[in-house]
Amino acid sequence: MKILRDLFKHHLAFRAGAVIVLLVFLLVSLSFFSPYEATERRVVPKNQAPSLNHILGTTALGQDVFWLLTFAIRNSLMVAGLAVLIGRSIAVLLGSFSGYMGGGVDKVLQSIVDSFIVIPRLPLLILISVIVKGGLNLWGLALLLGFLDIFWPSKRYRSQILSLREREFTYTAVFSGMNTFNIILKEHFPFFIPYLLADAVSGFLWAIGMEITLAILGLCDLTRPTIGTMIYWGNYYQALLSQRLWVLAAPVIGSIFIVVAFYLISTSLSEYLDPRTRLKRLGASQ
Amino acid sequence: MNLLKSYLLPRIAQWVITVFIGITVTFIIPRLIPGDPVERTLSSLGSLQTLDPRAVESLKEALADLYGLDGTQFDQYINFWKRLFKGDLGPSLSAFPTPVIEIIAKGLPWTVGLLTTSTLISWSLGIALGTLAGYSPKRLWWQIVDKAFISIYPIPHYILALILVMVFSYYFPIFPLVGGASGKPTLSWTYISSIFEHSLLPATSLIVLSTAFRFIMAKALTTTVAGSDYVGYAETAGLSKWRIVLFYVIQNTMLPQVTDLGLSLGAVFSGALIIEIVFSYPGIGYSLYMGVFQADFNLILGITIFSIVGIATAALIVDLSYPLLDPRVRYK
Repeated sequence: MKILRDLFKHHLAFRAGAVIVLLVFLLVSLSFFSPYEATERRVVPKNQAPSLNHILGTTALGQDVFWLLTFAIRNSLMVAGLAVLIGRSIAVLLGSFSGYMGGGVDKVLQSIVDSFIVIPRLPLLILISVIVKGGLNLWGLALLLGFLDIFWPSKRYRSQILSLREREFTYTAVFSGMNTFNIILKEHFPFFIPYLLADAVSGFLWAIGMEITLAILGLCDLTRPTIGTMIYWGNYYQALLSQRLWVLAAPVIGSIFIVVAFYLISTSLSEYLDPRTRLKRLGASQ
Repeated sequence: MNLLKSYLLPRIAQWVITVFIGITVTFIIPRLIPGDPVERTLSSLGSLQTLDPRAVESLKEALADLYGLDGTQFDQYINFWKRLFKGDLGPSLSAFPTPVIEIIAKGLPWTVGLLTTSTLISWSLGIALGTLAGYSPKRLWWQIVDKAFISIYPIPHYILALILVMVFSYYFPIFPLVGGASGKPTLSWTYISSIFEHSLLPATSLIVLSTAFRFIMAKALTTTVAGSDYVGYAETAGLSKWRIVLFYVIQNTMLPQVTDLGLSLGAVFSGALIIEIVFSYPGIGYSLYMGVFQADFNLILGITIFSIVGIATAALIVDLSYPLLDPRVRYK
């Protein structure tokens, strides 16, 4: 709590990011009060420009853009959130296992991880979603994105663990007879968790981008509103050429706000956690 | 000799492992889904009605041959490799019987051209700007650049490209909307300039996005180096700022950037695919898009395999050129 207050006080980027994220969550919670169902179509007049009745206009399928957007953001955030949860949990296990084990195990694991890092993920993602076409609902998509986003983060976590292992307090703990499990849990985790939080955002952003890309290609469940499928249907009904910009503008602007806000929070968080800037900050407040 | 043993051989081994894992994954994935892959592929192929029955039959044979469904899984796996070694990726299903490798060969120069130019430009631009911004972080100008890049960086490739298309091809039609060039491929000035004109917008979106990443990384690295003793001594000795930036800061921050370039090539390539799709740029990404559009599974598989091998090789080349830059590796 104190950290949050500190961040809020000292960091402009954090303040901006936090306010936008709060607004986004407000928008998402509005989706539960939507007068229309998420997948309902032809409920409002088609192709209306923004007006008082439909503040962000309506789509070619007869949906209200504003309410559709609330569902879309909710679904996109859910997919990305779940993907991050799956991917990062495995990454943490893999990275810390590799880092703590060291030696031959570490070498073998690292060469596998390095291979997966080099392999371009988009073609692989497209290949898999083409094969399971139709079978890829939002959960499947989240699972797939999660599995493909294990390797880069696990490498970063491994190097964090390696550096923690060599710190003085680790040796102190070892020599004072603390067992390994306790060292990991009580000495290393407090350092590791904040790093993990800041890092998880990058996976979140990647998942949002990939969801959009796959939806544009028509490779995921197109009946569910997400940011990507909103753009897909906008393109499908030629929103750009027929001057119905509002259909595309809502998901595009919405996604930019979301990603920038989350990114601002994560950079300010990692800057806050960086011991060098922490010292500077302490110096400034004294 | 020492260099070969301690540096080059492990890299080459890593390349072999990468290619092996990548190809094995693409072999396993289609087999994880239950059902007959031949029937599945045929049923999802939209253009089937327009083909005559004999062509369908030969398509079926080609597919069965392609999936190599005879024998045990292990036999199939060995056959899969044998065909790849011959450079045989099978025929395209939507443009039967054109070999997939031919379609890839047609798109390759466009993708490689787009990718190398934009990578080179964004890499040097990102490092140059990032270093300067990290060296004098108090300047208002650099703070503005910094904020701009930080807000551009997280924007998904597709969204940024879409905005650029909307603004520069549609509302202010400065650039052509789609394609790679206009007119017949000749060595004339008009053709070459049309290539340039068509690539400008896709390249710009790619450059903007990758420069943002390089910039952020270079700035972070520079902040660390700028506080180090040798930079402090150089400043006390009264060396010019340019000299310090060029020979003291950049030289030391370059190395992690080279390592990272090799590793991040896969991600850059994925980004290029998205950009090609948005701009209908006639490279591999666009072929991939057409493959998805026409349910041409074989083309998608071929492009996936090809890009895994291609990116792994490109990363190997970057890695192998590393000793040229880092004397510590060279003289070890």
